[in-house]
Amino acid sequence: MAKTFDAGVQDYKLTYWTPDYVPLDTDLLACFKVVTQEGVPREEAAAAVAAESSTGTWTTVWTDLLTDMEFYKGKCYRIEDVPGDPSAFYAFIAYPLDLFEEGSVVNVLTSLVGNVFGFKAVRSLRLEDLRFPIAFIKTCGGPPSGIQVERDKLNKYGRPMLGCTIKPKLGLSAKNYGRAVYECLRGGLDLTKDDENINSQPFQRWRDRFEFVAEAVDKAQAQTGEVKGHYLNVTAGSVEEMMKRAEFAKELGQPIIMHDFLTAGFTANTTLANWCRDNGMLLHIHRAMHAVIDRNPHHGIHFRVLAKCLRLSGGDHLHTGTVVGKLEGDRASTLGFVDQLREAFVPEDRSRGVFFDQDWGSMPGVMAVASGGIHVWHMPALVNIFGDDSVLQFGGGTQGHPGGNAAGAAANRVALEACVKARNEGRDLEREGADILRDAARHSKELAVALDTWKEIVFEFDTVDKLDG
Amino acid sequence: MSTMMQYDDYQTKSTLETFGFIPELTSDEIYDQIVYIINQGWTPALEHEEPALASDIYWGMWKLPFFGMRDPNEVLAEIDQCRSMYPNHIIRVVGYDNYTQCQGHNFVVYRPRGM
Repeated sequence: MAKTFDAGVQDYKLTYWTPDYVPLDTDLLACFKVVTQEGVPREEAAAAVAAESSTGTWTTVWTDLLTDMEFYKGKCYRIEDVPGDPSAFYAFIAYPLDLFEEGSVVNVLTSLVGNVFGFKAVRSLRLEDLRFPIAFIKTCGGPPSGIQVERDKLNKYGRPMLGCTIKPKLGLSAKNYGRAVYECLRGGLDLTKDDENINSQPFQRWRDRFEFVAEAVDKAQAQTGEVKGHYLNVTAGSVEEMMKRAEFAKELGQPIIMHDFLTAGFTANTTLANWCRDNGMLLHIHRAMHAVIDRNPHHGIHFRVLAKCLRLSGGDHLHTGTVVGKLEGDRASTLGFVDQLREAFVPEDRSRGVFFDQDWGSMPGVMAVASGGIHVWHMPALVNIFGDDSVLQFGGGTQGHPGGNAAGAAANRVALEACVKARNEGRDLEREGADILRDAARHSKELAVALDTWKEIVFEFDTVDKLDG
Repeated sequence: MSTMMQYDDYQTKSTLETFGFIPELTSDEIYDQIVYIINQGWTPALEHEEPALASDIYWGMWKLPFFGMRDPNEVLAEIDQCRSMYPNHIIRVVGYDNYTQCQGHNFVVYRPRGM
């Protein structure tokens, strides 16, 4: 029977609160953490979120009756308490696949974290997790190469890779910068990285940097008999400029470039990832601006959602935090989104902040990058936490070595290999780590000096964004 | 006297990837790594190449990968055979992982004299 049009404002919950709805395998599912304004009932607030993130607007419009709203609307199908936080609750919302353009995480985010985040009826709102249906995942390009292809290209097996960001992060001339890269790589690092702030400033234009760095990479590779790389940052003020830099990196025969996916945006990132896939280039992804979005436990987007979106948009590496270093990161939560980057299937696990089963199908995996305030004493814990499919990046921990970059790199490489060897022999890295490092230092004066230099440094601040419960 | 210690010159080495920075593995240590490969469900294999071609992607393959081999001593015996056949080649142990379709492990176990 045809509906009639009643102009005016209706309670959202009449339309968008559907506790009997059973989500379809093809639905996109979202979990929001909601804090309502005083006096707004949970069901009404949750339904409002479902409405404002899908088909709804504040009043009824006659054109609603020209479409199948029952099909297109977002459906809030469950509400749950947040453990240990009576001020908030979780709202679970299902969206039909047809609401989203194929292959566009941009479209998904514009809908789900658009206007609704400024909505007056909720005091604060956080997108905790998303379940992408496999049907949507199959429309996305994903990582240009993925973990397995990267290993084969770089000839790195059986261990995490070692990297470092070149410091000081601003101010070096291109030639001196290339020297710092060369020293790190000849000393035993696999990869070095442009700082995210390095784009093309007056003290060091991008083209000069690319040329000197390419010389450094090629020479270190020839001398060590190992494959080396440097993440050439192609992040730029326009997509045209970004592509120009990417093309030049390819012309120089370099294996990997880098991009900042949040400041540059998902559209630019997906374009670059597609180019990398077409041109056999690895893509390292940095995450400047993430803490603005993900650190407040009551408002914003959890990093696990941003990480999932990045895997879909495309990237071969993504920074995940270190758990043990100078930057924020809860261990269980970090492991939860590291799984989302690397695994083919991740089951729901609330103890890791994973709200949904997530099937990634055959989409390639992304290497987890641990970077920021880590040094050799952290190595046993890092190898244990992140496993082989990771890049461990020691910036100060390499270049702050009293013997310089090459000695610092060698110290880290010796420590890494000693830990991997011990792990393979069945030893407990976190318990026996100190002994393993001291034993290894008997054969490496570089490591002995490094152990001596950094032994007093610890980072013991409480995590701000903890898992709920 | 200055408190600044002049640090030694760091000499670049041909390290050839994983385990190139720790002392050459003993037979017992190689045995442990082979046990690790087998316990992961991977297939051990050997590759060898003359030093001048060590940067090539493909090295010579010693026989076929050792499918179904469970005894690490048999792998050690293959390393010995490979060495006596190619004393001037570098030899590396590979662990093939058929789930990831990648190599789970790969490290040099023998370098010819003078390398």
